[in-house]
Amino acid sequence: MKTVIDAHNISKVYNRKTIPVYAVNNVHLHLERGEFTALVGPSGSGKTTLLNLIGGLDKPDEGNIFINGVDITNLSSNELINFRLRNIGFVFQSFNLIPVLTAKENVEFIMQLQKMNKRDRGERVDKLFKEIGLEDKLNERPSKLSGGQQQRVAVARALASKPQFVLADEPTANLDSIAASNLLDIMVRLNKEENITFLFSTHDQRVIDRARRVITLVDGKIISDSANVATNTMHPTN
Amino acid sequence: MWRNRNRTIITMASIFFAVILSVATSSLRQGVFENLIKNVVSFYTGYMQVHKQGYQEEQILDNSFEESVETEHKILQEKNVSGVTPRLESFVLASTENITKGCLLVGINPEKENEITVLKDKIIQGEYLKSDDNAVLLSMGLAEKLKLKVNDTLVLIGQGYHGSIAAGKYRVIGIARFGSPELNDKVIFMPLTLAQEFFSASGMITSYILSLHHTKNLEPTATTVAAELGNNFEVLTWGDLVPDIKQHIETDTNNAKYVQGVLYMLICFGIFGTSLMMMVERKFEMGMLVAIGMTKIKLMILFAIESIFTVLAGCLLGIIASIPLVYYFNRHPIKIGGDTAETYQRFGFEPIFPTSVDASNFIRQGVIVVIIGLILSLYPMYKAMRVNPVSAMKK
Repeated sequence: MKTVIDAHNISKVYNRKTIPVYAVNNVHLHLERGEFTALVGPSGSGKTTLLNLIGGLDKPDEGNIFINGVDITNLSSNELINFRLRNIGFVFQSFNLIPVLTAKENVEFIMQLQKMNKRDRGERVDKLFKEIGLEDKLNERPSKLSGGQQQRVAVARALASKPQFVLADEPTANLDSIAASNLLDIMVRLNKEENITFLFSTHDQRVIDRARRVITLVDGKIISDSANVATNTMHPTN
Repeated sequence: MWRNRNRTIITMASIFFAVILSVATSSLRQGVFENLIKNVVSFYTGYMQVHKQGYQEEQILDNSFEESVETEHKILQEKNVSGVTPRLESFVLASTENITKGCLLVGINPEKENEITVLKDKIIQGEYLKSDDNAVLLSMGLAEKLKLKVNDTLVLIGQGYHGSIAAGKYRVIGIARFGSPELNDKVIFMPLTLAQEFFSASGMITSYILSLHHTKNLEPTATTVAAELGNNFEVLTWGDLVPDIKQHIETDTNNAKYVQGVLYMLICFGIFGTSLMMMVERKFEMGMLVAIGMTKIKLMILFAIESIFTVLAGCLLGIIASIPLVYYFNRHPIKIGGDTAETYQRFGFEPIFPTSVDASNFIRQGVIVVIIGLILSLYPMYKAMRVNPVSAMKK
C-alpha cells in the first residue's frame, strides 16, 4: 500500500502568548492510498484544523506532514498553493462554488489553473459530470442547483485535478438525508472504483457508518483510530 | 466582471459619479474664469495691446501715438496676430440735464472693432456705429445712470490733447450691454475720427488692440511684436493690462486647488469605501480560490485587470455623461440673484456661473480620477497578496 498522508507529532496552538489552546495536540496520522476515513469528534475537537493542516491551508506549530513523501510544512506559500492544486482536492461544508461561474466552469477552472488543454478539459468535465449524475446541469449556475447538486459539483471540482486524495469538511452537513445519501453513494463509488482516498470530518452518523476507518478526535487529540468492521465487510480495502 | 453585474456596476458607478463631480466642479471654476476673461479681455482690452512706450504707466492723451498703416503692417507680420484695431481712449465727464458722471470715452474704428470684440452683438437698443456717424454708443449701466435713451443727447466734457479743452454734444445712437459690470457702467464709444476731433488729436491713437489665433501662450507673440516695433512701443498682454483680474484668477486658482484637493479626498473615500465593501464580499471567494490552488499572483493579476477595466469604463462613461451636463450649464449658466449678485457686481464680476467646455478639462479630470482609481485598486491587490485561506473562509 502506498502512503499518502503521514503526519508526525503535529500540533496547532492558538493564544500561545496568553493561555495556549491546543486545537491539534501531538497528532500522528497515517493514511494509505484508497482509504475512506471519517474524522469524528465533538464541535471544537480540532477536526477542521487538522484537515486544514493536512490540506496545507494552515501550518502546524510543531511536527511535520508528509504528502506522498513531500514534507509540506517546509514548503513556501506559493509552493503550497501549487502543491494543493496538483495533489489535494477539497470539498467544503458550504460547497464554496464560484457563484458567477456555471457548474461546468467551476469544475473546469481547476484544470485551467493546471494549464490543461481545452480538449482534455472538455473530456474530463464530461466524465466527471457523468460520474456525479449531473450531465444535464453543466451550464447551470450554482444558485440554480439544489444543495445536494452543488455539493456533487464540489466533489467533481475536487476530483478535476486528479488529486492524491480528497479532504472533505463536513460534506453532508448542509444536505438533507436523500442528498447526503446520494453524495455518499458517489464518494463511496469513486473510492471503490477509482481508488480515490477520502478523508472527511463529520458529525453525520450516516457518513460514519459508511467509512471504513473512523478516527475520533477530542480536544485536539486522537483518542481512537479503528477500522469500521461492518463497512470493511461490505467493502474490503483495495 | 460581467458575471457579477451588480458588483461591477456599483464599482463603476463610484468612478462614474467621481468623474462627473470632478469635471463639473473644475469646469465650473474654469468657466467662471473664462467668462471673466471673455467679458473683460475678449470684449474690451483684447488679449494684447500696443501702446506708445510709457502709456500703461501714465494713461494720458499726451502718451498717444500716430496711427499708421506701417505700424499695423509690422504688427500683422507676427503669424499669431489675426487682426488689429486702433483706439483713442480717455476719461471724460458725461452730462445730461442734472446728472454728470465720469466715464471712459473710446474712439473706435467701428468695422475693425467689431471684427475683434464683436461689439455689434452687444447692442440692445438702437443701432451700431458707422465711421462717419456724429453719435455715441453708450453702455447700458451708464445710460441708466444718466437716464438716457436712444436718440437722446449727451454732453461730453474733458481734457484734450496737449491740455486743450474737449467738449461736444452727441446723439445716442445705441445702447450696448456688457458682461463686465465695470465696463457696463462707464464706457462710451464713438467713431475714431470723431474722437480725434473731440480730443483735438487728429490722427492720434492711444492703442492698437490685437486679436490672436492662439490665446493660451501669449508671451512669445508679445516678444516678437515688440521686437518688430522697436523701443518706441510697449506690447502688453491682458495680464499686464488688467493685473487685478489676472491676480484674482491666480489667487482663486490656488484656493481652488485646496477645494479640488478636498474633492479628490472625498472621491478617494467614495471609491475606497466601495472597494472595501467589495473586498469584504469577495474575501470568502479569495480564500476559496487560493485554497483550491490559485496562486496569489494570479489572483492579484485578476483583480488588477478587473480594476483597470472597471476604472477605465467608469471614467469613460463619466466623461460621456458629463459632456451634456457641462454643455447645458455653459449655454444656461447658473444665475445668482439678490444681494449676492449685487456684491458680485460691486466687485466687477458678472453674477453668472457658466461652465467651461474646454476639452482638456474633461481629459485632465478623467485622468486624475483614473489615477486615483488605479492607486486605490492596489488595495484589493494587497488584500489578495495577504489572503489567508483559512481565516478568509471562516463564516
